[in-house]
Amino acid sequence: MNFQHQQAAHCESGVISSLMRHHGAPMTEAMALGLSSALSFAYLPFIKLSGLPLISYRMPPKAIIKGLLAPMAARFRFETFRSAEAGQRRLDALLAQGCLVGLQTSVYWLPYFPPNMRFHFNAHNLLVYGKDGNDYLISDPVFEEPVRCASEDLARARFARGVLAPKGLMYYPQAVGRKAVDAASVTKAIRKTVRGMLAPIPIVGVRGMRTLAGRLQRLAPADPRSVDFIGHLVRMQEEIGTGGAGFRFIYAAFLQEAAQLLDRPQLLQMSQRLIAIGDDWRAFALKAARMVKGREPVDPAALADRLRAQARQEEDFFRDLKAAVA
Amino acid sequence: MDLDAVPQEGNATLDGHSKLMYARDAQGRVVATTSRGWEAEEIVTSHAVDLCAAQAEAAKARVQAGLASPLEYWMYSRRMDVALLSQTSGFWQWRVRRHLQPRHFAALSPAQLARYGDALGLPVTTLQGLP
Repeated sequence: MNFQHQQAAHCESGVISSLMRHHGAPMTEAMALGLSSALSFAYLPFIKLSGLPLISYRMPPKAIIKGLLAPMAARFRFETFRSAEAGQRRLDALLAQGCLVGLQTSVYWLPYFPPNMRFHFNAHNLLVYGKDGNDYLISDPVFEEPVRCASEDLARARFARGVLAPKGLMYYPQAVGRKAVDAASVTKAIRKTVRGMLAPIPIVGVRGMRTLAGRLQRLAPADPRSVDFIGHLVRMQEEIGTGGAGFRFIYAAFLQEAAQLLDRPQLLQMSQRLIAIGDDWRAFALKAARMVKGREPVDPAALADRLRAQARQEEDFFRDLKAAVA
Repeated sequence: MDLDAVPQEGNATLDGHSKLMYARDAQGRVVATTSRGWEAEEIVTSHAVDLCAAQAEAAKARVQAGLASPLEYWMYSRRMDVALLSQTSGFWQWRVRRHLQPRHFAALSPAQLARYGDALGLPVTTLQGLP
């Protein structure tokens, strides 16, 4: 198969933009993220990962793929399986037809990941572009080069159980109706992102950040579990799929593309502002990480203040972004 | 973030890999670049890894003292907890907690042991002892 691997910052936007490019629709990772309105914030205290709440800086898994279907007039096929054998048979059949297939997997059971990065996180995305003997040829978008994975290991990763269990999910396009991104869908996608970030719901968008700030404020500085909470917060932000600042930078790249496509130069200024906000997210992460390491005294209240400042900045930013595409 | 500010700190947790990142070049354009790691990420990832390792070590000591079954050690060494092991094995949480006690673990049937072995990706013989 004539397939070009390209590294990406985030697994899902990387997989879907690769799939689109492979099917003749030029698309950058940033455009995939922006066009699917995947930038977000959610604090979900009732979903626990190792006993700590889910904090997400983007829409739930599969949102990028599904969000691109309408703007690209694409039809995708999604398949899940009851048994690993059936899943592997179907994957082999598709590969034999020369199909490029996207998979949802666990990170923990993929042996090519660095050991320290292997945690039970079930919403990783990768592409399979071939099979060589017992090994699948994999384009994992977060790696520099294509990798290989033995079929037993891949089966385990595809059928891992637990939160967000992939159930062997695989997906591939059946038709991509539009080969270029049109201006109307970009405007619509930006408006949708603004709506989500400014939503009047206490656990999403800027209000979600404020709820999380309130939770941080209540942590006892002396309790060792507070340190675990802070570490977890940073890990959700920076490590799990490029995280908070990373997504802001990708969205800034998208806004630059949008400025050209919509011929609205004010979006270029918005892009620069978002980069500055992303930098502040990184400063927040670094401060929190230093507390985890013990280089600074643990001070949850100071972090809560910074988080509120981020919420304030993002609230202003998305208000202005709404005006910029009005 | 500007291109020259992209951290290249060679994180141990990345194992020599680089991540792709987006940063601003001299003309103000956002471009893709690679990073060999950042202090903040390394700190929190190692913290999480160390936490798992400490739990596994504590479990090992408890197993050796006869206070816990080897299942507790293997659960933590596979970076799981009771909630996750319950989801992956299909046993209710209260049953998983019981099976962490040596007395109840010893009474498990081969089929039940096989379920744990399957969930943890380990042969049953390994599961019954410590490394």
